[in-house]
Amino acid sequence: MRGKTRAMAAAAFASLALVATACGGGGTAPQTGQSAGSTGGEITIRGCTPKVALIPGNTSETCGGNVIDAMTSKLVHYDPETAAPTNDIAESIETSDNQSFTVKLKKGYKFQDGTEVKAKNFVDAWNYTAYGPNGQAGSYFYAPFEGFGDVQCLDPDCKGKPKVKEMTGLKVVDDYTFTIKTTEPVSNLPVRLGYSAFSPLPDSFFKDPKAFEDKPIGAGPYKLDSKSTTEMVLSKFADYSGAFKPSVDKVTFRIYADTNAAYADVVANNLDFTDQIPPDQLVGEAYKSDLPDRNAVKESGRLTWITFSPNDPQLKDNVALRKAISRAIDRKLIADKIFNGTVVPATGWVSPVVDGYKEGACGDSCTFDAAAAKKAFDAAGGYKGTLTMTYNADGAGNKEYSEAVCNSIKNALGIKCVAQATVDFATFQKKIDDNTMKGIFRSGWQMDYPSIENFLTPIYAKGADSNWSKYNSPTFAKLLTQAAAAKTPDEANSLYQQAEAQLGKDFPTAPLWYPSTVVGWSDNVTDVKVTAFGTLDLVSIKKK
Amino acid sequence: MGKYVVRRILQMIPVLLGSTFLIYVMVFALGDPTIGRCGERPCPAAYIAKFKADYNLDKPVIVQYVLYMGQVLKGNLGTNFFGNAVSEELAVRWPTTAKLAVIAITFEIVIGIIAGVLAGIRKGKFVDTLVTVSTLFVISIPVFVIGSVLQLLLGIRLGMFPVTATQGTLNQLILPGFVLGSLSVAYVARLTRTNLVENLRADYVRTAKAKGLTRARTVSVHTLRNSLIPVITFIGADFGALLGGAIVTERIFNVNGVGGFLFRSIQQKDGVSVVGTVVCLVLVYLVMNLIVDLLYGVLDPRISHD
Repeated sequence: MRGKTRAMAAAAFASLALVATACGGGGTAPQTGQSAGSTGGEITIRGCTPKVALIPGNTSETCGGNVIDAMTSKLVHYDPETAAPTNDIAESIETSDNQSFTVKLKKGYKFQDGTEVKAKNFVDAWNYTAYGPNGQAGSYFYAPFEGFGDVQCLDPDCKGKPKVKEMTGLKVVDDYTFTIKTTEPVSNLPVRLGYSAFSPLPDSFFKDPKAFEDKPIGAGPYKLDSKSTTEMVLSKFADYSGAFKPSVDKVTFRIYADTNAAYADVVANNLDFTDQIPPDQLVGEAYKSDLPDRNAVKESGRLTWITFSPNDPQLKDNVALRKAISRAIDRKLIADKIFNGTVVPATGWVSPVVDGYKEGACGDSCTFDAAAAKKAFDAAGGYKGTLTMTYNADGAGNKEYSEAVCNSIKNALGIKCVAQATVDFATFQKKIDDNTMKGIFRSGWQMDYPSIENFLTPIYAKGADSNWSKYNSPTFAKLLTQAAAAKTPDEANSLYQQAEAQLGKDFPTAPLWYPSTVVGWSDNVTDVKVTAFGTLDLVSIKKK
Repeated sequence: MGKYVVRRILQMIPVLLGSTFLIYVMVFALGDPTIGRCGERPCPAAYIAKFKADYNLDKPVIVQYVLYMGQVLKGNLGTNFFGNAVSEELAVRWPTTAKLAVIAITFEIVIGIIAGVLAGIRKGKFVDTLVTVSTLFVISIPVFVIGSVLQLLLGIRLGMFPVTATQGTLNQLILPGFVLGSLSVAYVARLTRTNLVENLRADYVRTAKAKGLTRARTVSVHTLRNSLIPVITFIGADFGALLGGAIVTERIFNVNGVGGFLFRSIQQKDGVSVVGTVVCLVLVYLVMNLIVDLLYGVLDPRISHD
């Protein structure tokens, strides 16, 4: 009670003071900064420790990625609702053959060190990221560019330096124009250019990359004020001239080691946003009573599936068997019981959030039917021995759903199925790389850029990094090439859909579900929007 | 005494070398820290090559270790996989963990010893039963349950304490400090009680009573001092453990301390940070042990180091 009285007295005094200044107005000098009415206020959101220094081309994880996204502007900006790309720094990106692109920049975009964003800032940054010896994690994004091979290391240990430092596919035309040339047609290249690995870098970066690591600079709506082991503080960049102006003045990414602690702080209104709800709060939707009207479930560009190991002789050449196993999985039941409805059963190999998505590519094989599955299973010759489903135990929920999938297969087909854990993702990945994975194993993908192509090429193109099923189909490859060369987006989408349909025939993997992002926020903020990437849209959020 | 201290300090060297070598081998020789660093896809070859060269991972383990220890002897704990100096990371976190440990130890000493003494001198009475039952209760509940329940009740529902301790101010650390100390409070109380009860039956206590000393003096000066030796041993070792990081408590309350840092480093395979932290922790343990051994002589003159 005492605290309350004192607060009321303070409030009364403050309002008196306000009245007094209002009455005395006119004579006083204008206040510096913004007036109380239009100030955007400060918010705190859950952050985590970046795995590497905050360099756009080297960051491939969300802890650093979220901060970089707030700090940088790219050629293209993705709509928070639909993920559709619109031009940001780019005035226009033009091509006639999907292979030579001319990029024109808007004038007046400034980096946070005061210099203007020019064509060479893009070309230099991209060459730096692609150059092998710089060891940037995002270098593979430049693989389609002409001359990419020449800037790569000659041997796996990177002992020999590449002959050249720059890709031939990038040319500065004038201050605000540059050209991109790719080795093969890439119809969706403009869509890709919104990814943070394609950010421009200021000249100061190349003079002293080490200093840049301590104080990263971008051309985005926020600039980094400070970073420490407990928080990363961003404030509005006064000279930001782009179209995506945020409302909030100051954003603090507070670092949490544990999602439970962040969740507890959101419930107590000490933290304004978390993009991770602890699994035990999802059970029975407990979070909805803790956070009434302050939670949301948003479909995000992700997909979970099982890969049929290319090293399993029984599965390798038996499409009918793979389809039968897929049909024996009760996706809807698992989505309801294990995930409490935070995942949507998949009907194909592409997430519904991207342009070009078409429902039902998987057909009957993704619809649970125990009797039909058993019949098809027997007709296909069955599976001898125990089927193992391998998962990495360090991923939240992997154990539960892997066991559920196995149970479903066991019950429907009457075979032995065991969910088998590896200690962590590293061990898991190593088993895939060493070709020692047996049976089936879980796989997941989070899109890099919102395009149907991003769900197909990196995972199913011959020899692609993430082609864990070792899928190799000439028809599929031909369709990808044709789609990449397509003249219009519609034509490209239709060809990509045909490629996806080919996956439905060959069935290298069985799609499971599209995971959503569940978020919660405090009473202090409104207009919370979650992007298709599952991150907070800092442009929309407002302080109450 | 001086000789004893010197001998103990010399003994520390092989212990320190041995333990760090074991940790180093476990962290770096088993498992490849470059796998899984690039999300759901393998890292580019050039990235891995640069990474390995940066951390000497391309050399034999023994060479790596010698290079690493050479750095450590110069006072440099290395740069971790995120590009931060480990010594700086630890320097930021030690004060918070130390504060937390001191709060926990204070609870331990004050509540634990008082409860133990009360139970000991009223053996078999209501107070004794109360202490025995309540300590059993505390010991049997895992610390993450105590922590989460108190966080929910006192932090979120009643708003008496801050929910998390991100900034590590004294105010924020009281609740986590209490949670952290709670388990040890129970042990301290039980240790004190048992030893007090035993010593109260000793001949010298009977003599003291027979000579007409007051009960208060017999208990406080003649009995308690001896009875505290195992308690001091426990508290000393416990302080070392608390400084080493109360991993669970620090996570629940988001305390940015050494424990949370160690946990995160292990989880993210940040070997440089793990080894650096462990080197410091081994040192802390050794020093705490030395202090405890020296304290014996002060408490009980019959124990001598000469």
